[in-house]
Amino acid sequence: MGRKLLLTHDHVEGIQGYTAYRANGGYRSVEKALKKMTPDEVVEEVKKSGLRGRGGAGFPTGMKWSFLAKPDGVPRYLVCNADESEPGTFKDRYLMERIPHILIEGMITSSYALGANTSYIYIRGEYFYVARILENAIAEAYANGWLGKNILGTGYNLDLYVQVGGGAYICGEETALLESLEGKRGNPRIKPPFPAVAGLYGCPTVVNNVETIAAVVPIVNDGGDEYAKIGIGRSTGTKLISASGNINKPGVYEIELGVPVEEFIFSDEYCGGIANGKRMKACVPGGSSVPILPDYLVCKTAAGEDRLMTYESLSDGGFVSGSMLGSGGFIVYDEHQCIVRNTWNFSRFYHHESCGQCSPCREGTGWMERVLHRLEKGEGNMSDIDLLVDVAKKIEGNTICPLGDAAAWPVAAAIRHFRHEFEYHVLHPDKIKDPKHGHREPIMPVKPEPVTA
Amino acid sequence: MAEVIQGTRAFNPSTRAGIKFSDEALKTIEALMKRYPEGKHKSALLPVLHVAQAESDGWLSPEVMDYVAELMKLQSIEVYEVASFYSMYNLKPVGKCVLEVCRTSSCWTRGAEDVIDYIGKKLNIREGETSPDGMFTLKTVECLGACGGAPMLQCGAEYHENLTEAKIDSLIERYRSEGRRKSYTDLDYQNTK
Ligand SMILES: Cc1cc2nc3c(=O)[nH]c(=O)nc-3n(C[C@H](O)[C@H](O)[C@H](O)COP(=O)(O)O)c2cc1C
Ligand code: SF4
Repeated sequence: MGRKLLLTHDHVEGIQGYTAYRANGGYRSVEKALKKMTPDEVVEEVKKSGLRGRGGAGFPTGMKWSFLAKPDGVPRYLVCNADESEPGTFKDRYLMERIPHILIEGMITSSYALGANTSYIYIRGEYFYVARILENAIAEAYANGWLGKNILGTGYNLDLYVQVGGGAYICGEETALLESLEGKRGNPRIKPPFPAVAGLYGCPTVVNNVETIAAVVPIVNDGGDEYAKIGIGRSTGTKLISASGNINKPGVYEIELGVPVEEFIFSDEYCGGIANGKRMKACVPGGSSVPILPDYLVCKTAAGEDRLMTYESLSDGGFVSGSMLGSGGFIVYDEHQCIVRNTWNFSRFYHHESCGQCSPCREGTGWMERVLHRLEKGEGNMSDIDLLVDVAKKIEGNTICPLGDAAAWPVAAAIRHFRHEFEYHVLHPDKIKDPKHGHREPIMPVKPEPVTA
Repeated sequence: MAEVIQGTRAFNPSTRAGIKFSDEALKTIEALMKRYPEGKHKSALLPVLHVAQAESDGWLSPEVMDYVAELMKLQSIEVYEVASFYSMYNLKPVGKCVLEVCRTSSCWTRGAEDVIDYIGKKLNIREGETSPDGMFTLKTVECLGACGGAPMLQCGAEYHENLTEAKIDSLIERYRSEGRRKSYTDLDYQNTK
């Protein structure tokens, strides 16, 4: 069994409430930070821990915190990103629902480190009931003196609010989130300026994912060095993985970074193997935005090494033969799933969620969706496949925010690894007429022959 | 993406006279507006619109949005442009229970289309339609962050995961017998795993 730092008390009766949470060591990090450490010392521990943002980009949290501008007389804000809308990702909901106080505790300790006196948790509107759970936890924290004025008699003040969104994936992008928190449409801002300089209401702001903020709790409790002992290289600590798709045991698992992918998919401790005794066909390891991998590149890298659940190993091979850890939204597809249809499904998602500010994204996502739909119905032709590659290339890197890239990459990767399946749709329209349930005959990826000199 | 809002307030401001939120809702709105720094109360717009929608039969008419603008001392356009951007605000009338079925990858892989077909046949409506008795609207939505419990649907504040035909039957039965509107803001939600 791997070590757990966030879900340690997951199974404890009543852990949703304050009493049980506190009885199991809750709020120690607030006591330690506020009474025994300066804000800079907290930042230092986070730096030492090697913690990287858990929202998808994997940016080092300590470094992000040290970039925060601190002009005199200007408030600073910490905003927690609980927008969780990346398809395949549901870990933040699980954590907030099961152990809401760990997020509240992390928000207090982190706000102290950053010198914020007002902090917000921006949660996607669909998670309304989770917002209620958080609001109850916040009320309990106020009632027990962890929030409000002069916390623990230290003179530190903090108010914490939960803000519900209105339903828009793009509000997970940090500048769109800030726009939305200001009561506007979720249109991403042009950067620079970065939120660390001009964020919420134009003030210096840090935006961090739910899991990132929660991880600050064990880091402060046990020290950054202890945290950094878990994991491999620059992938330190534990990570929540949302596992779904055609596996025996979908759910949220806390893993030590470095677990082999093969163990994660096939061992009973985690996913428990592919459902219904089928073969694995493909895997999207980090949420819908990351490249899909064909079966032969999931557990091994192109060089034949074991693939591990780390930022580095999952991206080994770059876009040619690798993918990304992303948000940890781990989706597994069995042999009967149709990659063309799944790619169309993702494209429809991005088209639906594009905010419409940049033409390449607004028009390109719609175009890809239409072409993919045509191919999927058996009405496409061979040139459509290259057309998709071309459109994806034209979106990539030409937009205000990374949603454009996120829409382009999955299409490019699907064609790279599953071109013959796209061709099959063009050549055998009769065989894919009722595509609802995927393929009756499995179509497995074709492993390219190794190039020998 | 954005929907076009039909009708403008300038034509018939008197229709607004008929709009009144409950005292409780007004109190909630006032409290929501106080959570932000001086002069930044516009930040409350999204949460306020959820309250407004729950107070207005589950949808935001131009008149309701004008009323919200008035309450928050905003321009009507500021409210329209926000309401039309986000997917949870209904700009047209809906049934009492909006069944929002997730259709994104993990749910699709585990039978979301069967769920949509089954509900559609059972209620004799197509996607986007409302049953003649005004009880149910069938809607498809993008990933709701419950991929581990796929296939799933949301209705008001409630999440219903690992759907089967039997589960859908009993859910619809329950909603019918309760007979009341389901809102995102409901406090008494009953999720099923
Ligand atoms: C289109 C898009 C959607 C995103 N959605 C989320 C999200 O739902 N949750 C999240 O934490 N980060 C999301 N991000 C990443 C955020 O922009 C930001 O990097 C993150 O909140 C930073 O927190 P972290 O450093 O703790 O990961 C998204 C980014 C993009 C471009
Ligand atoms: S890339 Fe797409 S989502 Fe991002 S700002 Fe441009 S149009 Fe909006």
